[in-house]
Amino acid sequence: MDEVFAEGLSPIHRLDPRVKVVIAAAFSVVVALAEDFAVLLLAIPFPLVLIALARLNPKAVLKRLLVVNTFVLFLWFLIPLGFRGGELLSFGVLNLSKEGVIWCLRITLKSNAIVLGSIALLSTTPIFSLVHAMRHLRMPDKLVHLLFFCFRYVHVIEREYGRLLKAMKVRAFEPRSDLHTYRSYAYLVGTLLLKSSDRSRRVYQAMICRGFEGKYWVLDHFSLRRGDVVAFSLMAAWVLWLGVLQWGGIR
Amino acid sequence: MGRDPLIRLRGIEFSYPGREVLKGLDFALWRGDRVGITGPNGSGKTTLLHIMVGLLKPQAGEVEVFGQQRREESDFKEVRRKVGLLFQDPDDQLFCPTVAEDVAFGPLNLGKKHPEAWKIVRETLRAVGLEGFEGRLTHTLSGGEKRLASLASVLAMGPEVLLLDEPTAGLDEETTERVLRVLAESDLTYLIVTHDKEVLSRATDVVYRLNAGRLHRLNP
Repeated sequence: MDEVFAEGLSPIHRLDPRVKVVIAAAFSVVVALAEDFAVLLLAIPFPLVLIALARLNPKAVLKRLLVVNTFVLFLWFLIPLGFRGGELLSFGVLNLSKEGVIWCLRITLKSNAIVLGSIALLSTTPIFSLVHAMRHLRMPDKLVHLLFFCFRYVHVIEREYGRLLKAMKVRAFEPRSDLHTYRSYAYLVGTLLLKSSDRSRRVYQAMICRGFEGKYWVLDHFSLRRGDVVAFSLMAAWVLWLGVLQWGGIR
Repeated sequence: MGRDPLIRLRGIEFSYPGREVLKGLDFALWRGDRVGITGPNGSGKTTLLHIMVGLLKPQAGEVEVFGQQRREESDFKEVRRKVGLLFQDPDDQLFCPTVAEDVAFGPLNLGKKHPEAWKIVRETLRAVGLEGFEGRLTHTLSGGEKRLASLASVLAMGPEVLLLDEPTAGLDEETTERVLRVLAESDLTYLIVTHDKEVLSRATDVVYRLNAGRLHRLNP
């Protein structure tokens, strides 16, 4: 849960988070809805340029893509076989459908483009700035809280887990494949759940003691600089161009 | 209101499943009081503080704050605005990314505007000796700094009464000294739960011991 890409001084990192959230959302919607292969292929370089500008570690980016593409791989096993229409190849009862392959190709391009887009724009922003940006953009409070507290508590749970594991290790615990190990892990998970729920209760109590009534106010205000406006215009133009290519009827 | 105590508890009974903690406890905190409460682990000291601000509801007894009976959650909303509770573990209290945001959390909830909230943040941080900590990330603070920051976050609400749950536990001498100085410089009514003998002798006028579910006065 570390924010691997969040720290940095590149122009992308310093961009106003509101700009990033808006562009990431627009880009994701356009890519998710686009059908045209030309559009999808032209969508991929967009996040790649941003990632290059942000000077993110390419290995770490590839590692993230690998996770997504593992899921996509399953689709490649299932969809072309399950689809009807335009048999590409057939082995006895199994038909490889041309339609299915096209669908898979589309899904692969779309998911990679969207994940790259999120890495370039959202992962380069600390979560708290994202939350603030969302609030400034008047997104529903509940949604914002959900994101914020998910992140906050996942971190707490992770830290608690680290502590418990250390406490086990200093008492010479070594995982083996025996009942003792399984039982110890079960205890670890159980304790973790109890502790986390206790902790979250106390955090909430501390919040209501300070007058929290469901609204999370923002102390800092972002200020839109000229660079932000220029970057916004450039990125918006690219996304718009993709949209026009897909739906504008210009061919 | 002058005649009534700020906080009065009558016949408070509280038990956790399988364990009776408070058995008919009576207590009154008057304006200007500096009270210490000590007692064995698990005797219900934290429970007592949580009952005063309505985080826990006693099974029997009356909670009266600022001269009014408090029963429902809505009764306690006003209480929490004026009675500041400092939690035992600062990690429970600090949840915002930066120190400034955490200190401003209360004032913003109370409807303060931004310039005013910032002013409160700066003043409160100066009062606890954390000048210049505004932009620091809360989770990277040292134990002592966390304690002072969480104290600031409570003081920023401008409470009339402060309830402190082991405010000096685990602190070094210097930070303990700072906490004591903050208390001495404030003209707040406060109640400290602590095992620290020095804190009891230096910062409180009256000391009670919580034992067997009731409070027993230790000094005359």
